[in-house]
Amino acid sequence: MAGVRAGAQMPHLSKMERVVVSMQDPDQGVKMRSQRLLITVIPHMVAGSDLVEWLIQKYCISEEEALHLGTLLVQHGYLYPLRDPRCLVLRPDDTPYRFQTPYFWTSTLWPATELDYAIYLAKKNIRKPGALVGHEKEHYGQLHRKINHAWDLVVMQAREQLRAAKQRRKGDRLVMACQEQTYWLVNRPPPGVPSVLEQGPERSSCTAGQAQMSPQGLPSNCSPPGPFQTKNIDFYKREMELCRKALGRARVKSSVCLEAYLKFSSQRELHDPIMSGCLPGNPWVTDDDTYWTLNAPSVAVPTKLRVERWGFSFQELLEDPVGRAHFMAFLGTEFSAENLSFWEACEELRHGGQAQVHAMVDAVYQQFLAPGAARWVNIDSRTMERTLEGLHQPHRYVLDDAQLHIYMLMKKVSVQARRARGVPGPVTAGSAHPLPTGCWHA
Amino acid sequence: MCDQTFLVNVFGSCDKCFKQRALRPVFKKSQQLSYCSMCAEIHILKTMYQREEGGILRFIHLKRKRQYSSSWFHLCSHKANVHQVAERVEALGQFVMKTRRTLKGHGNKVLCMDWCKDKRRIVSSSQDGKVIVWDSFTTNKEHAVTMPCTWVMACAYAPSGCAIACGGLDNKCSVYPLTFDKNENMAAKKKSVAMHTNYLSACSFTNSDMQILTASGDGTCALWDVESGQLLQSFHGHGADVLCLDLAPSETGNTFVSGGCDKKAMVWDMRSGQCVQAFETHESDINSVRYYPSGDAFASGSDDATCRLYDLRADREVAIYSKESIIFGASSVDFSLSGRLLFAGYNDYTINVWDVLKGSRVSILFGHENRVSTLRVSPDGTAFCSGSWDHTLRVWA
Repeated sequence: MAGVRAGAQMPHLSKMERVVVSMQDPDQGVKMRSQRLLITVIPHMVAGSDLVEWLIQKYCISEEEALHLGTLLVQHGYLYPLRDPRCLVLRPDDTPYRFQTPYFWTSTLWPATELDYAIYLAKKNIRKPGALVGHEKEHYGQLHRKINHAWDLVVMQAREQLRAAKQRRKGDRLVMACQEQTYWLVNRPPPGVPSVLEQGPERSSCTAGQAQMSPQGLPSNCSPPGPFQTKNIDFYKREMELCRKALGRARVKSSVCLEAYLKFSSQRELHDPIMSGCLPGNPWVTDDDTYWTLNAPSVAVPTKLRVERWGFSFQELLEDPVGRAHFMAFLGTEFSAENLSFWEACEELRHGGQAQVHAMVDAVYQQFLAPGAARWVNIDSRTMERTLEGLHQPHRYVLDDAQLHIYMLMKKVSVQARRARGVPGPVTAGSAHPLPTGCWHA
Repeated sequence: MCDQTFLVNVFGSCDKCFKQRALRPVFKKSQQLSYCSMCAEIHILKTMYQREEGGILRFIHLKRKRQYSSSWFHLCSHKANVHQVAERVEALGQFVMKTRRTLKGHGNKVLCMDWCKDKRRIVSSSQDGKVIVWDSFTTNKEHAVTMPCTWVMACAYAPSGCAIACGGLDNKCSVYPLTFDKNENMAAKKKSVAMHTNYLSACSFTNSDMQILTASGDGTCALWDVESGQLLQSFHGHGADVLCLDLAPSETGNTFVSGGCDKKAMVWDMRSGQCVQAFETHESDINSVRYYPSGDAFASGSDDATCRLYDLRADREVAIYSKESIIFGASSVDFSLSGRLLFAGYNDYTINVWDVLKGSRVSILFGHENRVSTLRVSPDGTAFCSGSWDHTLRVWA
């Protein structure tokens, strides 16, 4: 049953299958030839370089990428090299490769059991004693100990398979041996080679699975359900609710949204270090962190680009500590600094610890909302009424309405102030408008 | 080039609703008719599930879905795709990005990483339970802690830079305050914050150190108060494991998006716990979601080897980033600062860089020797860092 979900977690295997199948297409596929190997002639071989060439043509990719994709196909066992079958690597020369038989395709995800592996190793050992290499010898020893009770069966199976194989032509025998070897190289990789079948912790498709630790330390969920098992009445009620909400939602035309992306990206292009570089230089490239010193959060003199960003949106201005300080100073001259202080206090409440909620709401009320408070904020009467009502049951979102009102007020003020001082706003951000003195010109 | 091929047998007028759609053959009282896919599904359900209550509900649900999609069709009479609008935009020139730093120190697969707000420190976690804090500019390791579990799939840096959060197969999210006192054992001050009933797949601090948002394999997301460990809000709605989440960079900042194994990406309101919008166009598990810098859209990377861009105001998918030669799933995505570039790390050991507006691939970056499991752009956009199953992290610029 584990195979069902595991297959769903590896959609790349079926895609690889399709690539390999189209490679074998008689008209459009890779050029096949026969290759002389020792004294036999093996048909249906492809050269490594032809494979790479075919991938470049078919997918319009570079040679490096084609080589990489080809290597992955070989590593997953869909192609195998005939001359050096131990090494699953794609060489872009005339090294011959063959396509793996569908019986052994990795996408079948057959559990490669210990018994099968033991039979394979036993076959190798019997055919040519001493043919087992380092890790195979170790595994062989381990398996011998583990399934000692069934060892006769293992040896008998191995002998039978060898005997049946002897009745085939030498060419077929060689090919079958290579196919099997590739299969086991993928399913039991030698030490140092990462397993291509490893997928990380198992993911389930059922809701609220109870986690139980299996011996390997990976959570294994209870039996995975069929496609409709968890789609009960509650599920459909929820889906209907979502669809109903979607019907009622006001949707913007996608062409309008896409124009917004164009505008946003072109506005920010010069501010994006990866796109346009940065002055005096990208620290990662030059190993010099002057750029970070010049753009430190609370630097005395902000750079020209930084000041330009404040004009993009009010949110940018508030998020930048220097920008916020400037705005606070400006509000001070207009005798309305308490608005920003109120907004800051609300933010602290919203994102603060649960235990401090009551105390903070009290403090904010005393300082900003109580009649005759030291820093009374001017909110419209309806919002004020609603807020004061809500204060009877204080929670962290109780000041949201008031906070939004003040935020919008400040936003309007900032736009007016910008226009009054002739600082470029969002509309004219692209133009080379001279900025007020006191900013560092990059 | 964005290859999108549709396999359509017959295109014409549906025998039931008379709309111009792709048609399928349907048998009604041994007579063959041609229905569009929506009418065909409704017909099949009517005949098969009429007696079950759940069946009737499913039928009603499909009718609503079809109402929704037909009204949506009406609204945008031609499917505006980002690539058509972006024809006016200049193509990007030669793109050169190289590995500038390689961070070696993890003894096993690197699963997750996050940047600190100071633009140079990062925290990374790996399969063997090790969580390391690096100054990636100098490649020095500053802190290290070993979790009591393996597969630490989530880690996050606190906005203040004074703490980190991490979790994985232990089903918990733990917060460790960072201290420079050599005598103090980091593990001693550990605080267990979140408790789920399955593995923790993603975690993120909200605007302050005091709240954490988590996503878990038990199909839920949750908002926790760090100090007390109290559950402030939980988000139910995903039909399978939730694999990723991202907070919205909006002004009134109260939403986040999550993606899961049910192929759905859902947008949630943090205050009410309700799902605001849902998108279901991927064909496989969604491994990663990330908001566009303006907050009006988000990108998702999935096991179906595509990345997709969903717009929140248009309420639909507006772009697919895929190529026939890319057959392995995308494990993590992130935008550059201007939102023009989308970096995506794939399970075929490569990183593909996409032009968000044109929909084409700008570049492919090789270097990792095993699958790329995590990718984040630095807070000031000067570089991005990728972590891989080859035990290393690389900073590219």
